[in-house]
Amino acid sequence: MKAPFSWLKDYVDIDITAQELAEKLFSCGFEVEELSYLGEKINRVVVGEVKSVTPHPDSDHMQICIVDCGEEYGRDLQIVTGASNVYVGMKTPCALDGSQVVDGEEIKKIKKGKLRGVESLGMLCSGEELGINDDYYAGAEVNGLLDLAKDAPVGEDIRKIVGLDDWIFDISITANRPDCQCILGVAREVAAVLKKPFKAPDYSFTAQKTNAQPIEVEVAAPELCPRYVGHYVENIKEAQTPAWMRKRLALSGIRSISPVVDITNFVLLEMGQPMHAFDADEIGERKIIVRRAKKGEKIITLDEKEFTLSCDNLVICDGNKPVALAGIMGGLNSEIKPTTKNVFFESAKFARDNVRKTSRALGQSSDSSSRFEKGVDAYTNERGMARALHLIEELGCGTVTDMRRDVCAVDLTPRKMTTSVAKINALLGIRVPESEIVAILTRLNFKPEIDGDSLTVEIPGYRDDIDGYPDLAEEVIRMYGYEHITPTFLEKASVTGGGLTDEQKRELHLKNVLRVQGFSEAYNYSFYSPKDFELMKLSANDAKRNAVKILNPISEELSIMRTFLAPSMLQNAVRNIRRGNDEGRLFEVANVYLPKNTQAGEQPEERKRVVLGIWGGKNDFFDMKGAIERIAEAFHLDFSFERAEQTYLHPGVSAKIICDKNSVGELGELDPAIALSLGLDKKVYLAELDLTAIEKQMDDRIRYKNLPKFPATQRDLALLADEKLTCAEIEEVLLHSCKYVTKATLFDVYRGGQVPEGKKSMAFTLTFTPDQNVEKAFTPETLDGFVKKILGNLKFKLGVELR
Amino acid sequence: MKEKIEALRLETETAMAQTETGRGLYELKVKFQTALKGIMSGMKDLVKEDRPAFGKIVNEFKQSIEEKFEARALVVREMEMQKKYASERVDITMPGKSYKAGALHPITLVKNELIDIFSGMGFKVFEGPEIETDYYNFTALNTPKDHPARDMQDTFYLAENLLLRTQTSAGQIRVMEKDTPPIKILSPGRVFRSDDDATHSPMFHQMEGLVVDKGITLCDLQGMLAEFARKMFTSSTKVRLRPSYFPFTEPSVEVDLSCSECGGKGCRLCKGTGWIEVLGAGMVNRHVLENCGVDPDVYTGFAFGMGIERIAMLKYGINNIKTLFENDTRFLEQFED
Repeated sequence: MKAPFSWLKDYVDIDITAQELAEKLFSCGFEVEELSYLGEKINRVVVGEVKSVTPHPDSDHMQICIVDCGEEYGRDLQIVTGASNVYVGMKTPCALDGSQVVDGEEIKKIKKGKLRGVESLGMLCSGEELGINDDYYAGAEVNGLLDLAKDAPVGEDIRKIVGLDDWIFDISITANRPDCQCILGVAREVAAVLKKPFKAPDYSFTAQKTNAQPIEVEVAAPELCPRYVGHYVENIKEAQTPAWMRKRLALSGIRSISPVVDITNFVLLEMGQPMHAFDADEIGERKIIVRRAKKGEKIITLDEKEFTLSCDNLVICDGNKPVALAGIMGGLNSEIKPTTKNVFFESAKFARDNVRKTSRALGQSSDSSSRFEKGVDAYTNERGMARALHLIEELGCGTVTDMRRDVCAVDLTPRKMTTSVAKINALLGIRVPESEIVAILTRLNFKPEIDGDSLTVEIPGYRDDIDGYPDLAEEVIRMYGYEHITPTFLEKASVTGGGLTDEQKRELHLKNVLRVQGFSEAYNYSFYSPKDFELMKLSANDAKRNAVKILNPISEELSIMRTFLAPSMLQNAVRNIRRGNDEGRLFEVANVYLPKNTQAGEQPEERKRVVLGIWGGKNDFFDMKGAIERIAEAFHLDFSFERAEQTYLHPGVSAKIICDKNSVGELGELDPAIALSLGLDKKVYLAELDLTAIEKQMDDRIRYKNLPKFPATQRDLALLADEKLTCAEIEEVLLHSCKYVTKATLFDVYRGGQVPEGKKSMAFTLTFTPDQNVEKAFTPETLDGFVKKILGNLKFKLGVELR
Repeated sequence: MKEKIEALRLETETAMAQTETGRGLYELKVKFQTALKGIMSGMKDLVKEDRPAFGKIVNEFKQSIEEKFEARALVVREMEMQKKYASERVDITMPGKSYKAGALHPITLVKNELIDIFSGMGFKVFEGPEIETDYYNFTALNTPKDHPARDMQDTFYLAENLLLRTQTSAGQIRVMEKDTPPIKILSPGRVFRSDDDATHSPMFHQMEGLVVDKGITLCDLQGMLAEFARKMFTSSTKVRLRPSYFPFTEPSVEVDLSCSECGGKGCRLCKGTGWIEVLGAGMVNRHVLENCGVDPDVYTGFAFGMGIERIAMLKYGINNIKTLFENDTRFLEQFED
């Protein structure tokens, strides 16, 4: 919302600077996002009077002028001009040496210099060089020097003369205060915050009896048009829009067109009421019907665009056809023209969401529609119309008649609310004096009345946002000042126990388990591209393709909700490798979304997963497997690994993770074919675990076991095994051949040399731990006995021998 | 006999003075004891009367030498230590060795810190679904059907009544429906808005706080946020409330904190104002309480919501929100503990 300082001063005697006012507005809830000085680009330009004009000796179009710019700047400045409209006695803007004027959007600096050998101490200016048009100052668009009024004082700053000595407040208006989307609304707040009287504009007019055939108004869709005020104005006369109004419009960036159009624009800016003027003689059957459009109905708007409508669109129709797209734009067929004799003014309230939906759906918008989208109140419908009619009279451009229509589905009796000073103070937590509350609410037009403990207010017609005593509390505190709020610490509240749930604690624990293994934490968007499915080589019927789709995504790349996390992790690894981060480890814990019946509005299932990525360095499959095993240890999970094929993993270097007989995840090396397609020169390992699936088994409680009386002892065994035997098969025998073997750890695998073809040497460290029942430490002889038994079993079950 | 003893004394003492290691000293001692045994075995050749006197001499000799051994041992140990110190001396300017742990993401770090601060004040952590119904995300939060916030411009829709939550406030409703006051919850999580430019990310994180109890006031909100600001930033951080609007609170406030960079004097970070907008808050709107079956004439409450990324960016001096989602290890590793 842009408000010129000079305009606000029409309604309030403001005796502080624009900067001070900006701070006042900020403190009461109106943040001034930008405060700009209108004459910012113009500097050192003053009113000069041309004393003499002589032709330039070396030019056929330039003239040498002696200009009086007053005592301060010089009484006889020699300035050369090329403008042909210069004359002796002319008062015109004079840009002095070192001054600034504008050249389109650019700033032009003026310095003294010589023009074809003749010294010129500055430049005489046109309106264009000051960046103004006729609406700012009459004659500003003349091709040549700006011919100022004869009473312009010599030496005066030109900005003060042409209306550029002004500030524009760009105010951010919160969504609950549509009443402040206009100059008047802001002025009301200014008056309240400055504790000054508010000078209301003139709403008076005299309705003349008319003999014109009545125009009837029917509102067939009151839910979309709660109030429709119409007024007939006849004998539209040609008239000139006065300079004061043209300037107000110009400050808001609106060009003057004709008095009637200017009045509708002015009322929108001043009162916040969008107005529309129909050429009354074009209204078929003298009827105005406000209704939903019929499916396929067409309208051509003022800007000559044609729209095909649906029954979600509200139209204003005459007896035959749509004549306006309600709240958005009038129809070409009823537009007012220079020849228009009679006008039917409309000042209405249209439902804001309907205006917005129609505007979006048709791609058509206007100042009116954006105003309606914010909300217009029924009270202002009437005020806006009155103001427009007053201006018709004031400008003398028509005769206001007594043909007035007001179809209103809204209760217009002022709303009253009763509460108490105590309640307001209880919510605020401080004691604002009753007299102060009354004074504030009075300044805000709430007409407060105190009766014993109760406080009764009448809510101003333009304050649709007020619906409870907390709203009044807010009105009070924003004017009283938030600096009065003193910090307290829940003095009256109960003590409550806080903290994380067990599940949340486990998530944090998991993150730390991974962190200490060198994994850093990643955060990725919850959505990705359908192309990721192709990249991961998912088959057409892969369950992971069944994803929730966003109806209005930012782009195709961010259009589907993740069903697994590996694609994001792969992208992270790729980005890192491409940026030269040759080796790294990342993890992410996030939800995936598995659709149920989305169309029926059923929320998808959200499952928490963790994804791990390792790339580069000397890492291999077992680094990743180790990380997964570490998770199992930390949460007392019993994981086993089975060979499995995932479309995006190396078929020989991947496995699925089994927990409690269920497959709960997978790990492995990225399929080299994918790596090749991505141009990766490093191996990438990925693992993903469904945390929701193992949530119930995850147990990170720590339980102490009594220490054995005697220390554990270790023996290393180098075994000769068939190539096809797996480590797990041998481990199984090692662990189950002797009850004291608590750990069997593979530490070396060797092939070649003395190892026969088709065999491999596998070296294990066995840990023998005496249990509570063992009465003395194991002697070497006892251990020999255990080893002998183990070797016997290995030989018998697997054909494995000691090397 | 005496000559032998003197010879052994001389030999042992000379050798001892030259011995500089514990091992050498031990060997010398063994050698001395062997020699002494030899001398003592010659005692049987002495006349009986001479034996006690001789025995006394030998004993005194033995004792004096052993004392010398002990004294020398102390010297030798000291010499050995000095040698060890010298030989084991390292170049302390060589790089230290450490096992490299990873780092938690700054979003997690800030989230954890917030949870720490508020759980100490009795807040329970609640995480609601990220895909929400229209009702929980908007309607129950007093955001009427025609509110601009509901426009397709801002919200990602999955179906007519299903959307990616735009605010963690949705969690408020779920908690209030389930629990009865006193309620103190903290609801962190992912939220989504259809905004993607230099300063906006379509996904970010919020932390929502809600207190509902008897007699809760705006002053309590101010007090709690002041405590938060001091703990999250510095003990001199100040809080400023200013009027604002959110559909689910009334009164609503924007909460500014004094700029941590310049301490409120005005700098680039705070655009010269000395204040930084950090969060939105307010007293819970009566309609919201009613929608959850909480009697607004008995209970009042406040709610606040902040962007975790925003806090992280302020706290760590990160200038681009997009960096947070690139997962560049050079970025992440800077957040190691």
